Amino acid sequence: MNLAPHLPALQVVVPLLAAPLTVLLRRRSVAFAVALAASWVALAIAVALWLRVAEGGTISYAIGNWPAPWGIEYRVDALSAFVLVLVTGIAALVLPYSRASIEAEVPPQKHYLFYTMFALCLAGLLGITITGDAFNTFVFLEISSLSIYVLIALGRDRRALLAAYQYLIMGTIGATFIVIGIGLLYLMTGTLNLADMGRRLAAVQGTRPVLAALAFLTVGLSLKLALFPLHQWLPNAYAFAPSAVSAFIAATATKVAVYVLLRFYYSVFGESAVFARLPMQEAMLLLALAGIFVASTVAIFQTDLKRLFAYSSVGQIGYIILGLSFDSTSGLTATIVHLFNHGVTKGAIFLLLGGVALVTGGTSLARIQGLGKRMPLTSFGIVLCGLSLIGIPGTAGFVSKWYLIRAAFEKGQWWLAFLIVASSLLAAAYVWRFVEAAYFREPRKDLTEGAKVPRSMAIPSGLLVATVVYFGLDTSFTVGSAAQAAALLLGGLR
Amino acid sequence: MTETVIHPALALILGALVLPFLRGMPRSVAIVGLPLVTLALLWQVPDGPVWQAHFLDYTVTPLQGDRLSRLFATIFALMAAVGGLFALGQNSRLEVPAAFVYAGAAIGVTLAGDLFTVFAFWELMTVGSTLVLWSHGRDTAYRAARRYLMIHLLGGVVLFAGITGHVAQTGSVTFTHMAPDSVAHWLILIGFLVNAGAPPLSAWLPDAYPEASWSGTVFLSAFTTKTAVYVLIRGFPGTELLIWVGLFMAFYGIVYALLENDMRRILAYSIVNQVGFMIAGVGIGTEMALNGAAAHAFTHIIYKALLLMSAGSVLLMTGRRKCSELGGLFHSMPLTMVCGTIGALAISSFPLTSGFVSKSMVSQAAADGHLLAVWLLLAAASAGVFLHAGIKFPWFVFFQKDSGLRPAEPPASMRWAMVVYAFLCIALGVWPEPLYALLPHAVKYEPYTWAHVLAQLQLLLFSGLAFFVMLPYLKRTLTITLDTDWLWRRLLPAAATRSEAWFGAARQALSAGAGHVGNGLVGMVIRQAGQDARLARTWPTRSMALWVLVVLLGYLLLYYA
Repeated sequence: MNLAPHLPALQVVVPLLAAPLTVLLRRRSVAFAVALAASWVALAIAVALWLRVAEGGTISYAIGNWPAPWGIEYRVDALSAFVLVLVTGIAALVLPYSRASIEAEVPPQKHYLFYTMFALCLAGLLGITITGDAFNTFVFLEISSLSIYVLIALGRDRRALLAAYQYLIMGTIGATFIVIGIGLLYLMTGTLNLADMGRRLAAVQGTRPVLAALAFLTVGLSLKLALFPLHQWLPNAYAFAPSAVSAFIAATATKVAVYVLLRFYYSVFGESAVFARLPMQEAMLLLALAGIFVASTVAIFQTDLKRLFAYSSVGQIGYIILGLSFDSTSGLTATIVHLFNHGVTKGAIFLLLGGVALVTGGTSLARIQGLGKRMPLTSFGIVLCGLSLIGIPGTAGFVSKWYLIRAAFEKGQWWLAFLIVASSLLAAAYVWRFVEAAYFREPRKDLTEGAKVPRSMAIPSGLLVATVVYFGLDTSFTVGSAAQAAALLLGGLR
Repeated sequence: MTETVIHPALALILGALVLPFLRGMPRSVAIVGLPLVTLALLWQVPDGPVWQAHFLDYTVTPLQGDRLSRLFATIFALMAAVGGLFALGQNSRLEVPAAFVYAGAAIGVTLAGDLFTVFAFWELMTVGSTLVLWSHGRDTAYRAARRYLMIHLLGGVVLFAGITGHVAQTGSVTFTHMAPDSVAHWLILIGFLVNAGAPPLSAWLPDAYPEASWSGTVFLSAFTTKTAVYVLIRGFPGTELLIWVGLFMAFYGIVYALLENDMRRILAYSIVNQVGFMIAGVGIGTEMALNGAAAHAFTHIIYKALLLMSAGSVLLMTGRRKCSELGGLFHSMPLTMVCGTIGALAISSFPLTSGFVSKSMVSQAAADGHLLAVWLLLAAASAGVFLHAGIKFPWFVFFQKDSGLRPAEPPASMRWAMVVYAFLCIALGVWPEPLYALLPHAVKYEPYTWAHVLAQLQLLLFSGLAFFVMLPYLKRTLTITLDTDWLWRRLLPAAATRSEAWFGAARQALSAGAGHVGNGLVGMVIRQAGQDARLARTWPTRSMALWVLVVLLGYLLLYYA
């Protein structure tokens, strides 16, 4: 049987089937093997899809051979292929890492559940990205969200429960808003296929239900992607989740929400409806800047590294949305490329912090004093990723900032360009907090001597740090894909 | 290309990273040898772009040679070698490697063919110099380093914004001649000038440099400001504004140096003064003026380092830094006195010293361009240099009243470093042709004409006379001079203290905050964003949900309005 034409379906089906399999098999080593295999296969499929899209353009796949507007369509274009590579790539690195990491952080009888939830979450995120159907988007969003709530609650700290609970409440409100928005759109267009919806929406553009749908979707998705001031669920969720979970959701979950936002804005409502007729540019700009400055400032004063970098995530999401607010090719390129670059950078940081937590027993600044001497490679890795957060040339973060500032200059808003670079001083300040504690303080006496990060954790972390540097130097994949996706979105996929 | 060329700056920087692992003799050899290897590599770099690569959508040129680059890179490498020799006895294991990274980054800037590379090395220079300052280990040095870092990061931010704008407008990253005709170019110019120590932020220089160790200041004096002069020569020659900026700096340096009591602060102010001459030269912008600015940067690095070495020797041997506590040291430190005096003569442009053959070119360029006001002001500033650095420094430190101190001469490595530079000061003064041959443009200038020599001697004579006439007024007591850094060191914290009283917030949170810069603002931010403040606390679920509603209503209002 030739599987090649069915790759879009397999992209979701493989991890989705792996989930119940891990429950049935129960043995944690077997569950681990199944989840690992699923994530690696998913990565291979994503890369294959990306290559096919790069060659032959958008792929449309009709589930069960039901043609597009009636049946569910899976649609892989330049943007979704790029996001698929990010999500599966992170999953393929986090899974081998998670084995040793959860051994230390999660009670053994729950291990197989971890893998189940991880596979489900992966399937959900991939489904959101690949589907061309509005209701399907919502279903997969729920699948991924529910599994993330469970994954967070697995955290060792009792506060993880409260964090998961708060995220559950907020996430559910967000999902409700999204489903209301989709419902209103369905009401007005009579279709659930995104591309079809975009076409039919032209006739009813500007009517109150459509505007309400836009508002509900915007708020619901802003919640999911943690745009200021709807970010409050995020710091605790990242801080108290198990290390592997923090790394995975920090790198993928919010990014996929950004993807959905882009999809609805550009492919469904259309650029002119969102940005030309409504003051969305100003609104997004305001919230993005507030997010960047407030969250980065709050990050400076955190005493726990996981929380510090969680707030930094909120700030970095501000940059992603800032690019969107320019409504230009460079701006959108910046958004998409930063979505990837920040995903990789933050993923690497949280993986490294997992190793730190394992060796020192925590990630508070007081506990990691003198880390530079005890764990030189890990500390250096965190500093490298920190440089990427600041946007130093030679790291991935620089590339995103570059396009962002260029977009600002193209609009003639040089004051904004100045604000963007000035905000990197805040990033420098919170990265400095780590540098100061790790390199300019003497190690604590009780810092466990001889404890080492297991190789299964060190190698994935190292690989991800290497990608941060690699994509700072060779930008053909990231910028190339992002520019193509931006052109696609702006070229109108009505 | 057929032969591989090693990037001299990278060689020095990578070598610096190995240094901390060496001890004893190999370390000494490496410290002196590494910059000399860099120098040799530098002279292998041919003219034109050597290394090219694609980055983003642009062609970057991390390595490119031409006459101007080579001149600056040569003196930077030489400075690293002699500075390394001087610092051999330095106990701090961090200082020399940091200084070499710093020097390497400065060389990297001079060899960069594109603005990205300039920016990358520019930032590395900030890191290196901050570490040099830091490695002194004193609390004052730590705080000075923090202020220094903030100013330079800010300058880097401005520069980067400018570079992005420039590239967005022109579509090219090549580092070429620009004019302050757009916002982006203004930002680049401002970014460059911050490092040059131009007003209104000049105060970072005399605030930070004297806080480094006895050898650290020597390194610091050489690279940052002169790299700024280099990028100005390359980027903004003939920008008239720079003439006035330069003249302002020249007088600013003199006034504050005359008021100052700390010997190394005097010399730090005199750096601002000297860089002022160079920037004025860049502003005049003729071939003669640019030659003069470049040559002056070259000779200035040597004699300023020599002066700071003699001051550093005095500091190391006596532990004192205030003029009012020193004096009469010529009894027991004759060599240091002789070298310091040679440096002082060179900075005053005494005939037969290096300063004479370089600074007079700038004045000559002003005369050739019929810029009478500029020429007169430059002449006045030259007289002022003799006052504050030429006589004041050696007089109060080595002669004057006898302070009773009888320190020994410094260790051999320091003596040798001083002798090498003292020799160069004289050699370049007597025999300027090799230096002239290195300059970017062909030199049609004869320094030793009767008119030049006589005019300069008259100038020096009269200002010398003025010094001794005014001596009673110049005798320094224990004073602290106020500069613009007062704004960020005193006024803002004072305002913060006041506002604290009003808000009744904890003072501790404030002082633990972020140093001096903008304490008032910081206080407010801490109250809002600090550990347990409203923005950082975990919100109850109901307020989170409330915010969702607020945002939704906001959007709906926005859409329906």
